[in-house]
Amino acid sequence: MKPAADKRPAKTRITPIPSRITFSNRVDHFLARWGINRSGHSVTPGLYALGSPTPDSPVFVTANYTLSFDGLRSALTGLDGYILVLDTKAINVWCASGKGTFGTHELVFRIETTGLKDIVRHRVLILPQLGASGVSAHEVKKRSGFRVEYGPVRAKDLPEYVKTHQATSEMRRVRFTWRDRLILIPVELVYILLPMLILAGILYFVNGVSGSLGVVASTLTGVVLFPILLPWIPTRNFSTKGFILGGIPALVFALTKFLSGSNATIFLRAGWALIYLLAMPAWTAFLTLNFTGSTPFTSRSGVKHEIYTYVPRMAWMVGGSLVLTIALILIRVFRGAG
Amino acid sequence: MKSAYDTNTLRYNPKLCTGCRMCSIVCPHGVFIQNGKKASLDHPERCMECGACELNCPPHAISVESGVGCATAMIFAALTGKKEPTCCSESKASCC
Repeated sequence: MKPAADKRPAKTRITPIPSRITFSNRVDHFLARWGINRSGHSVTPGLYALGSPTPDSPVFVTANYTLSFDGLRSALTGLDGYILVLDTKAINVWCASGKGTFGTHELVFRIETTGLKDIVRHRVLILPQLGASGVSAHEVKKRSGFRVEYGPVRAKDLPEYVKTHQATSEMRRVRFTWRDRLILIPVELVYILLPMLILAGILYFVNGVSGSLGVVASTLTGVVLFPILLPWIPTRNFSTKGFILGGIPALVFALTKFLSGSNATIFLRAGWALIYLLAMPAWTAFLTLNFTGSTPFTSRSGVKHEIYTYVPRMAWMVGGSLVLTIALILIRVFRGAG
Repeated sequence: MKSAYDTNTLRYNPKLCTGCRMCSIVCPHGVFIQNGKKASLDHPERCMECGACELNCPPHAISVESGVGCATAMIFAALTGKKEPTCCSESKASCC
């Protein structure tokens, strides 16, 4: 289908953009990584000129999230080309394509509104590979006349890619390196901070300082240690990984509880220890299960399977520790009274 | 050992394949490889159900129930009985 001629904009605006990343860009990236001003890290959608492009220069497509846009333009240092920025509501390419905002419809719309047909002579667009879950290449071709070419997963491989227009199988594979995992920790911390403090506050009145410390330890195990150690924790399910890793601080707390407080009977001390052994790994596992959403390899049906298998177990463990806590407090009260 | 990720919803009908290679290009986990004139499933267990192959397969030889697999959204949906959102990125910056 050819777009009607009268739909074409009278004047096209092409914004020149350098490939250099400035200090204020870096501040913006830092804030984005900490989840501060979540939807504020956006770039105006439209067409940008990198270097001095000619009608034969390549066109790269990206999302209007500063980390995506800046990652692309800095990777293209020294190259002349156009960058077509889609409106993904300040969400990165991978998330936006899963949602469909980095999609066929928006791409075709953006090609038309920028008047790209009159700016470049060729009919080729280079898209990031991870945009493919939102874009149908043959649909775009049918609707706009442009052929979609999926470039490598990572922008840093683009200079190599544009030479041959062939990506190696290594360039085509998504990775989840320690660097990728580490960079997720700040935002995970920011989001869990308030629930953690509330929970720690409540448990202070029930179990004292060790109760609060238990919450902090099992939370940090789930959101800081877990992403770092992910590939080395046994089992493939995230919940079981969480139970295993969360079991370590739980064991420390339980042993401390069991070995201290010598004035209580062995049964009471074992009871208090058991509370930690039940609640802490369950909480850590709940957090690690939620981390599946941040990884680039867990499938929806797998996560669903995990939820139905393990969330009830987590609930039973937390419920069990609550019942035990109440029982032990009652025993303490009656003993104290008697 | 059995895991929740051993099975998935990825289905491929080689009879419909025209050998355009798009599936092996778009898949970030190397699930498909080009085997002569047709694509073949090399590592179906690696599939994360992103749906890129289905969307970019002109003859509709591939189907997969795609979704982002965000546990937070799915637990919420299971508890409230509401339809799960397609992405939780509004509430959680690092998610999906």
